[in-house]
Amino acid sequence: MEGMTFIVKTISRLLIAVIFSFGIYITVYGHLTPGGGFAGGIMLACGLILLTLAFGKKTALGKLSDFWASLLDNLGAFTFWSIAMLGYMSGYFFLNFLEKSAPFQILSSGTVLLNNLAIAIKVFASIFAVFLTLTIFGRFVSSLISTEDEE
Amino acid sequence: MLFLFYTLIVFCIIGSIIAIEARNILASVISAGVVGMGLSILFLFLGAPDIAITQVVVEIIVLIILIRSTVSLDNTAITKHRDTFAILSSLIFFGLFLVFAFMAFQGLPKFGEPLMRVSSQYLQNSVAETGASNIVMGILLDYRAYDTLGEATVIFTAILSAFVVLRAKGKKKKEERDKIRVGIPGKDDLPETLAEIDEEGETISKI
Repeated sequence: MEGMTFIVKTISRLLIAVIFSFGIYITVYGHLTPGGGFAGGIMLACGLILLTLAFGKKTALGKLSDFWASLLDNLGAFTFWSIAMLGYMSGYFFLNFLEKSAPFQILSSGTVLLNNLAIAIKVFASIFAVFLTLTIFGRFVSSLISTEDEE
Repeated sequence: MLFLFYTLIVFCIIGSIIAIEARNILASVISAGVVGMGLSILFLFLGAPDIAITQVVVEIIVLIILIRSTVSLDNTAITKHRDTFAILSSLIFFGLFLVFAFMAFQGLPKFGEPLMRVSSQYLQNSVAETGASNIVMGILLDYRAYDTLGEATVIFTAILSAFVVLRAKGKKKKEERDKIRVGIPGKDDLPETLAEIDEEGETISKI
């Protein structure tokens, strides 16, 4: 059986939905309450890392493989940059070109919400990719080092 | 209130000293986590919940990644002695840093009395201009969005270089690489005695 014990698996199965919904809340309401795309993205990555530690690497790589992680990373960065470039349509770089509703509403701040979402996707994918490279791929490097020491 | 700040700062300093001096890498990673947690509580009491949330989350994830990657390595104990030259030079540079930092901090405004030139403009106009009621997000993603783009570029480049350096594909051991490049046979491919060559003549052509 891959992963940790039955207790850890049950608790993480209960907690994973709460962690993911709190990360999405922090991201989407970033322009109204404390938080933002960076913190929300890291919370989402924390949820996936909890999956990896509890259920083993096969489950987590089935949810988000390293290829899709790097693709989402690129996609988030490209979305952020293209929102910035869309400001040139009616003015300058990073112009807040969307219509704003009344304050304290979820659509009250135009492009800030979209930027938060793009940053959250980018940070989520890239932090999970760092975890993958340092732990799962890292074993390969450490085995290389140990064989070199033996010789 | 000021007593709490000084207690937390001393807590952080003790944690970082233990992190440097600990012989076990796992112990030093955990005591480096103490510093981040103390900093996040400091930010919370100073009235910066945004930075406190980010600090807590980043600290947790850094601890998880560092512990996971140090546990998978076998050599966790440091046995090497430090030489005196390194200690002396680091002490001299730290003393120089302290002197210049003391000279530079004289020109800064006092603690709790910031300069309110641009900040007051942001505080008055940010909700009307950006629509974001969280003023920190309004500044980060509207007034100073170019800085955030630079930060995103830094993360992007760091992850790209980590992927390139630590990837599992495309890495070969030194011996295999040399064999392919030069065409020299390895030890196992060479016949051990002359009798082997006589029996099977193919070994010469293999070379």
